[in-house]
Amino acid sequence: MLLIRCPYCEEERPELEFRNAGEAHIARPTNIAAESDDDFEKFFFIRANPKGVVYERWRHIHGCARFFNAVRDTVTDRFVMTYKAGEPKPAKLPGASK
Amino acid sequence: MNAAFRISGAGRLSQAKTASFSFDDKPYIGIEGDTLASALLANGVHLVGRSFKYHRPRGFLSAGAEEPNALVQIVRDDARKTPNVRATVQELYDGLTANSQNRWPSLAFDVGAVNDIASPMFSAGFYYKTFMWPKWAWKDLYEPKIRAAAGLGVSPDKPDPDHYAARYAHCEVLVLGGGAAGIAAALAAAETGVRVIVADEQAEFGGSLRFESGARIDGQDGYAWAQAAIAKLKVMDNVRVLSRTTAFGYYAQNFVGLVERVSDHLKSPGRELARERLWQVRAKRVVIATGAIERHMVFANNDRPGVMLASAARTYLNHYGVAVGRNIGVYTANDSAYAAAIDLKKAGINIAAIVDLRDNPAGPVIDEARALGIEINFGRAVVSAGGKLRVSSMSVQPKNGGGERTIPVDAILMSAGWTPSVHLFSQSRGKVAFNDETKRFVPGTYAQDCVSVGACNGTDGLAASVDEAYAAGAKAAKEADGKVGKGAKPKVDAGENWSRGMLGAAPGAGPGTTVKAFVDFQNDVTAKDIRQAVHEGMHSIEHVKRFTTNGMATDQGKTSNMHGLAIAAETLGKPIPQVGLTTFRAPYTPVTFGSIVGHARGALFDPTRRTATHGWAASQGAVFEDVGHWKRAWYFPKAGEDMHAAVDRECVTVRKAAGLFDASTLGKIEVVGPDAAKFMELLYTNPWEKLETGRCRYGIMLREDGFIYDDGVVGRLAPDRFHVTTTTGGAPRVMNHMEDYLQTEFPHLNVWLTSITEQWAVIAVQGPKSRDIIAPLVEGIDMSDEAMPHMSVREGKICGVPTRLFRMSFTGERGFEVNVPADYGEAVWEALWAEGQKHGATAYGTETMHVLRAEKGYIIVGQDTDGTVTPNDAGLDWAVGKKKTDFVGIRGLTRPDLVAKGRKQLVGLKTKDPKVVLEEGAQIVADPKQAIPMKMIGHVTSSYWSENCSRSIALALVAGGRDRMGQTLYVPMPNGTIEVEVTGMVFVDEKGERLNG
Repeated sequence: MLLIRCPYCEEERPELEFRNAGEAHIARPTNIAAESDDDFEKFFFIRANPKGVVYERWRHIHGCARFFNAVRDTVTDRFVMTYKAGEPKPAKLPGASK
Repeated sequence: MNAAFRISGAGRLSQAKTASFSFDDKPYIGIEGDTLASALLANGVHLVGRSFKYHRPRGFLSAGAEEPNALVQIVRDDARKTPNVRATVQELYDGLTANSQNRWPSLAFDVGAVNDIASPMFSAGFYYKTFMWPKWAWKDLYEPKIRAAAGLGVSPDKPDPDHYAARYAHCEVLVLGGGAAGIAAALAAAETGVRVIVADEQAEFGGSLRFESGARIDGQDGYAWAQAAIAKLKVMDNVRVLSRTTAFGYYAQNFVGLVERVSDHLKSPGRELARERLWQVRAKRVVIATGAIERHMVFANNDRPGVMLASAARTYLNHYGVAVGRNIGVYTANDSAYAAAIDLKKAGINIAAIVDLRDNPAGPVIDEARALGIEINFGRAVVSAGGKLRVSSMSVQPKNGGGERTIPVDAILMSAGWTPSVHLFSQSRGKVAFNDETKRFVPGTYAQDCVSVGACNGTDGLAASVDEAYAAGAKAAKEADGKVGKGAKPKVDAGENWSRGMLGAAPGAGPGTTVKAFVDFQNDVTAKDIRQAVHEGMHSIEHVKRFTTNGMATDQGKTSNMHGLAIAAETLGKPIPQVGLTTFRAPYTPVTFGSIVGHARGALFDPTRRTATHGWAASQGAVFEDVGHWKRAWYFPKAGEDMHAAVDRECVTVRKAAGLFDASTLGKIEVVGPDAAKFMELLYTNPWEKLETGRCRYGIMLREDGFIYDDGVVGRLAPDRFHVTTTTGGAPRVMNHMEDYLQTEFPHLNVWLTSITEQWAVIAVQGPKSRDIIAPLVEGIDMSDEAMPHMSVREGKICGVPTRLFRMSFTGERGFEVNVPADYGEAVWEALWAEGQKHGATAYGTETMHVLRAEKGYIIVGQDTDGTVTPNDAGLDWAVGKKKTDFVGIRGLTRPDLVAKGRKQLVGLKTKDPKVVLEEGAQIVADPKQAIPMKMIGHVTSSYWSENCSRSIALALVAGGRDRMGQTLYVPMPNGTIEVEVTGMVFVDEKGERLNG
C-alpha cells in the first residue's frame, strides 16, 4: 500500500484514504462549446499513459476531500512529489539530474 | 516412556512433559515443544504422505517452513479440518489429531500409485498433450476425472468457526528473521531507543542456532545466547517481539504483511484467542535476516522416506533429541553435512558412510569426522536410493562411472549447499545478482529502504553475519531516526562456516538418464522433466517453470528453484544468469483466507445502511431489497399475499387513495453560496438562474461526453441555496463529480457543497388524498394549489419539527415529499401513517415505486439509461437549456455520433398479448424470420405488470425508436417470439392531469 503526501494536510497518509482521478494538467477549454471535434477528442478522450513519470490527479477523499496533483513513476510506483491543484506543472523534479 | 528414536540427553525439550497425539488414527506419544514432525520421527515414523502426481510415498525433507512433502490434515473438530499443514511447522499439543493426505485407501497401499508405474504418460506438459483427443472427451471424461484426482488435501466443508485478528503497526526498524543475524540487528536498533519489531516464523528464536551445536556467542552456547537476547528485547518498551510470525509479503514503501499464528499450537485455545493475527507493518527501515535454505541432492529415488536434508536431521537431534535413523548414510557436496554426521555419531548413531562428490576436500569438519571413525568416500556419488516406503540402502558409484556398491542404510542425509532466502528482498522489487564464484543469487540492487544481512545476503560464517547484522541494525536506526545506541556488539567465539556446494542433477541423473531424480518434490518434477521441457522448446525459465510446474507448488520451490534453473541452463548450454531466475511473489508461505479477511465477514463484511423507518417497515412485515448498502422496503405483503398481489394492491391504492413511501435513500446535496446558481448552471443541463425561490425543477446532469450521468429534482430554498436530490446509487459519485469541477475547473465560484443524505429522512406521500393526509400535521405552510403548485418547496413545520416540504411526484399523482431531520423520521412517518389510515392509504415499497413511475414513463438513470444515452435519446430534450453557452456535456452533445440519425431512443412497448410481461434485458429485432445471428435493434430496459392498466407495460431502447411508433417489433425468447407494438412512454394519464387531481 502506497503512502501519499497530501499537500493540503501536509502529511503522508495511506493509499486507502485516496482515490486516483486520472491525468493532470488537462484544462477544460473556457469556450468548450466552440471546440472542434478534433480538439474535443484530444481534450476528452486522449491520454498520454507513458511508461515512467506521470502527472496525475488524486483526491484525499477520506481525508480533507481536496483534489491535488502528483508526480509518480509508473515503473517504480514511487511518488516523486505532490502539489496543490491549480499549481503549475513543476519545471524541475526533485532528484532529477537535469 | 521414551519413544524409540528419542535420544536421552540430546535436545532441549523437557522429556517429562509428554503429549499424546494420533496420526492416521494410530496413537503416539510426543513431548511438549515437539513439532508433529519431530514427534513422529521420535516414534520412527517417516512415511507421512503421498506425492501429488505419482502418489509416491513421502517422508520429511526438512525441519522447517520449506517442507514440500510432509503435508497433513489437522483435525480439531467437525469444522476445523485444516489441510496442507506442514508437519514440520505444526507444533504438537496434547490430543492433536493428524491425518495423511492424497492416498486411498491407505498410506501404505495407495491405488493412485499406479500413476508412478504409468509415469511415462504423465511427464512434463502431459496435460497439454495426453488429453487432446478425442475432442469431446476432455469435457465429459478427462476433466472430471482429473479434477477428482487433483488437488492437495481436502478442504473443510463447514464455515470456519475461528476468528482472526488484525493489527496495523508502525516502527523505525522492522527485522525479519530471528536467527543470530536478526537478533544482532534487533539488539543494535533497540539500543538506540527507536521502535523495533522483530519477527520469526518459529516458536523459538534462534534460527540455525537451533542445530548449530558448535556456536558460541558472548561466552555461551549460541542458542542460549539467542534466548537471553530475546528475553532482553522483550522487556524493552520500544521493542515488539513476534514469534510464530511469518513475513509473507513485502509491499510498496516498506509495507510488510506478517501472519502470527496465535493459537494453532494450543490444546484448547478458547474463544477469546484469535486463531491468527494479520500484522500490517509500515517501517522506516527493514532489515531482512531470513537466512538460507539447504538444497537436496538430485539423484534417483531421492524422495524415499528417510532421505532428508542434513540440517533437518541435525535440528531433530540437537533441538528435539530425535535420531532420524540408526544407520545413516550421508550424501553431500559441501561441508555442512559433515557436522550433522559428527553430531549424530557423537549421540551414538551409526554413520554408515559419507559420500562426498568433491574430489579432495579438506577442513576441520572432515578431519573430525575421520577422527570419529566415519567412513568417507570422496569423488563418489549416490546414484540411487533403495527401498520404497522407507529408504533401505544407497547405491554408491565413482562419480565418473564404475563399480556400484550398495550400502544398507535407514536414512540418507543430503546437502547440495545453501540457497540464500532472497524471497522478501525480491518481493521488495530488489534485483538479485548471481555470484559466479559461489553459484548463488544474492541481493544486488535495492529498490526500497531495506538491507539484507547474514546468510540471506550471501554472508558466510556466524561471526561475519553477526558483525554485518549488528552494524546494519545500528545504521537502520540512525537513518530512520538519527539515534545512536551505546550497546556492545555480540562477540562470536565460535561458529560454523558453510558455503559452496553444487547445483543441478548429480551424477547418475544427468543428461540421457530417465531416472526419477526429483527436483521439485511437491509437484513431482524430475530432472528429466526439466530437460524435456527445454528440448520441447521452452527456452525461457518462465516457460520451463510453467510447462513443468517446477517451483509452482505451495512451497514455491524453496528447495527446487536453483536446481531446476541449473538443469535448464545446462540443457540450454547457457550460463545461469543468462537463463534468469523466476520472480518471487507473495506469499512466502501459504496464508489462510481467514487471516486476510479478518473480521470482515458475515454481518461485518460490508456496511449496512438502514433508514429511519426501517424498524417500522420490518414490524409491518416488509420484504427488503439491497440497493447499494441500503436496505430498502421492497413491498409490504398482507397475509396471504405474494409479491405480485402485494404490488398490484399497492399500485392501485396509490392511484385511488394514497401511499406512503420511504424515499430517504435518495442522495441529497446542499449547494450553497453566492455563486450557487452559476454552479448549478454549469453542472446541470437546465437553466437555474431564473428559477424562483420556492420552486423546483427536474435536473439532468451529464458527463463531459454528453451522456446522462444522474438526475433528480432540485429545489431552490433561497437565492443562494439549492436542495439537490440524486439517485440512490449515484449520491457519492455525484458529490465527487461536483467537488471535482468546483475544486479544479471552476474554483473561482464561491460555493460550498454539503452531503445531507443522512441528515434528512424523506417520506413520499403520493396520491389524490396526499394533501389531505399531510395538511392537518403541517404548520406555517399554505398547501393550496395556488400557494403551493406542483414542483414547489416550502419550509415550515410538521408534527412540530422542521420540514422541507416538496410538492413533487414520481408517480404522476398529486404528491409530496416530506423532508424531516432524520431523528424525527420514524415519528413523523407514524403520524402520517395514522392520518393515512383515515384515507385508505397504503405503505408501498420500491417495487411499486418502479411500476408507478414506469406507468408515467419516468426514467431511472442506470436502468433505462446505461451511460450511452443522451437526453435526446431519453426523450428529455426539453430539460436541456437551449440558450445556455456552457454546461458540463454541452460540447459532448454535439459530437457527430450523438447527433447522428438512427440512435437508440427510449420508447414504450406494449405486448400484443397484454398478459405477457417481457423480460428486462431482452433483445428486440425488426424481423424474426431473418437468419441467425439476427440484427438486434434494441433491448427492453423496464418491464412490469401494470394492474392500473390491466396489462403489461415496458420501456425499451430501440434504434430510431420515435420513428417507429405503432410498428410491430419482435422479442425472440427461448420459448418463442413475442410480438410488441412501439408506443409512447406514458401509459397512464397522458395529459398529466392527475398531478393536480
